Amino acid sequence: MENWRRQPWVFATFIGPGTLWLFLFFLLPLGWIWLFAVGEREGPVDIVVTWTLENYREALQPVYLQLFLKTFLIALVSTAICLVVAFPVALAICFAPDRYKNVLLLLVILPFWTNMLIRTYAMIAMLRQNGFVNDGIGLLWTALKYLLTPVGLDGLMGERFAPLPLLYNNTAVVLGIVYVYLPFMVLPLYANLEKLDRSLIEASLDLGASQVRTFFEIIVRLAKPGIVSGIILVFIPALGTFLISDLLGGPDSQLIGNVVERQFRAANNLPLGSALSFLLLYLTFIALALRAWFAARAEKADA
Amino acid sequence: MIPVRRRGLLGGGLAVAGLLPLSRFARAQEDQVNIYNWDTYIGSDTLAEFTDATGISVRYDLYASSDELFGKLREGNPGYDVIFPSNNYVERMVAGDMLMPLDHALVPNLKNIAPAFANPSYDPGLKYGAPYTYSLLVIGYRKSAVAEPPTSWSAVFGPDAPVGRVSLPNETDLVRVALKSLGKSLNSEDPADLKAAEELLLEVKRRRVVKMFAPDTGQDLLLSGEVDLAVDWMGDLRQVMAEDDDLDFVVPSEGTVLGIDCMCIPKGAPHPTAAHAFIDFVLRPEVHAAIAEEIQYAIPNQPAVELLPAEIRDDPQVYPPAEVMAKSEVPAYRGEAAEKLFEDVLTRVLAA
Repeated sequence: MENWRRQPWVFATFIGPGTLWLFLFFLLPLGWIWLFAVGEREGPVDIVVTWTLENYREALQPVYLQLFLKTFLIALVSTAICLVVAFPVALAICFAPDRYKNVLLLLVILPFWTNMLIRTYAMIAMLRQNGFVNDGIGLLWTALKYLLTPVGLDGLMGERFAPLPLLYNNTAVVLGIVYVYLPFMVLPLYANLEKLDRSLIEASLDLGASQVRTFFEIIVRLAKPGIVSGIILVFIPALGTFLISDLLGGPDSQLIGNVVERQFRAANNLPLGSALSFLLLYLTFIALALRAWFAARAEKADA
Repeated sequence: MIPVRRRGLLGGGLAVAGLLPLSRFARAQEDQVNIYNWDTYIGSDTLAEFTDATGISVRYDLYASSDELFGKLREGNPGYDVIFPSNNYVERMVAGDMLMPLDHALVPNLKNIAPAFANPSYDPGLKYGAPYTYSLLVIGYRKSAVAEPPTSWSAVFGPDAPVGRVSLPNETDLVRVALKSLGKSLNSEDPADLKAAEELLLEVKRRRVVKMFAPDTGQDLLLSGEVDLAVDWMGDLRQVMAEDDDLDFVVPSEGTVLGIDCMCIPKGAPHPTAAHAFIDFVLRPEVHAAIAEEIQYAIPNQPAVELLPAEIRDDPQVYPPAEVMAKSEVPAYRGEAAEKLFEDVLTRVLAA
């Protein structure tokens, strides 16, 4: 890279297509949405940019702020579960024999071969009242009851199996988010752990640190860049979720993404939808900036 | 490397991107018609018969919801000739100057439309759309799960509604039927009425009656046993009733939402003459009757209804009696500000 000043054309050739693509298909449309947020509707189709702040004022009403908070919590819980589940998986793949590694990585990204909508519908088939999980537990229940009857203990188990309410609630939404976004946590963690210098682990163990201490003080610390990128890759899309909460959620599972989607479609209120989505964007930026600031401060304190 | 001029790209880029997929069909001579319709909403032989009868070939695209249709056309017609918007979207699209008036001289079969549908509030004199089918928003239920069949909206909104066993639509129609259950017009914009409807829905939610506010999937929840009562369209419920004898539906005694889907020609249609020919063809009694028999929806075409088998024609669950129809109302579109009143109530109910 020290050479790019001397060979600007090479640099431009490499950076050009990507920049053009992002400008045309990301920044430009985003600019439109940003303008919609300060616009007003004039009839069912036209939006006039009047630089009004009315849409932002409406988006800051308690009813929406409460949804922002709820969405934030759901995304936070889902990200935490993803991290706890993904870390051992990533570690296991790292320490697997070389010939299995590619197969294991393939298994992690295998769900991407199917559309997300289909995968979410598959979750419905798993979790619903007469779904595979409830049917499976029901079978076990019947078997257990059959076994307990001769001993006279079957009375403990109730008359009939009551299916568990697994679907159409907030737990199902979290489960759905974890299921869909788990690979986004595993892959950066794996990439990071794979580069880890294993002699450091041996040194830590040789010098008398316990397995637990070695895990937290050596492996987790060295995996920090992977953890951070995994968290960002899962948390930010989880904030914008609307499909999963729409299909798996219950009566109180509406997230901010659902409101935005409805403004853009059924409600035909693009200005409000744009203001809400930009508010989410601003909040995400603030969160990332705060994180960077805390990280910088911690680094200074360490030094 | 093709030189890219920024202004040309900004001006024409979006329009070109929208038109490209269809432009190869947009030829001058009208030997083609581009139709955009709901899924499973036409007879399996209708299109082939139309081509045989007229020599006009058909390109057929599908959409899943009215707002998908509206969203696709709001930035300009990408090349469709015939679309099937619901009554309130007909009004919205007329307000947005997106529809072409029908030339009644080219659609003589409009005379077949039953008098009750010939001069509707959403489109006086059928200026923009030919009514295609109609449906009521009703309460579907599982017979073995309810003590006695429901008769009114109190089955889902009243104190006896079963906890966690009801699915309600997640659209503004929910607010409209709540108004109806309170004895008000479903088009009432009176703040007191809307407040009362909101209170009613919040109370229903507080009692944990609702299992899910379903995005047009109430009939599936009913079929899979997730809920015992589902508010959904008559036509959708008839489809699941065919699969499960234990399901039935009732039109609530207070009246309900009447939805009418229409055949319209969007502005900028490349083949308007062929579009008129298609609409006229569908309104032929034998054609419309064949469609109705297959898709199980009620049609507003008098001579076509007379051609239907008696068991369909006389089934009050397909063609509800006049007194039931009289209590139902067509939701009116009175501009975006009025729509927002209903949207805001829905948002507060869903977010609570």
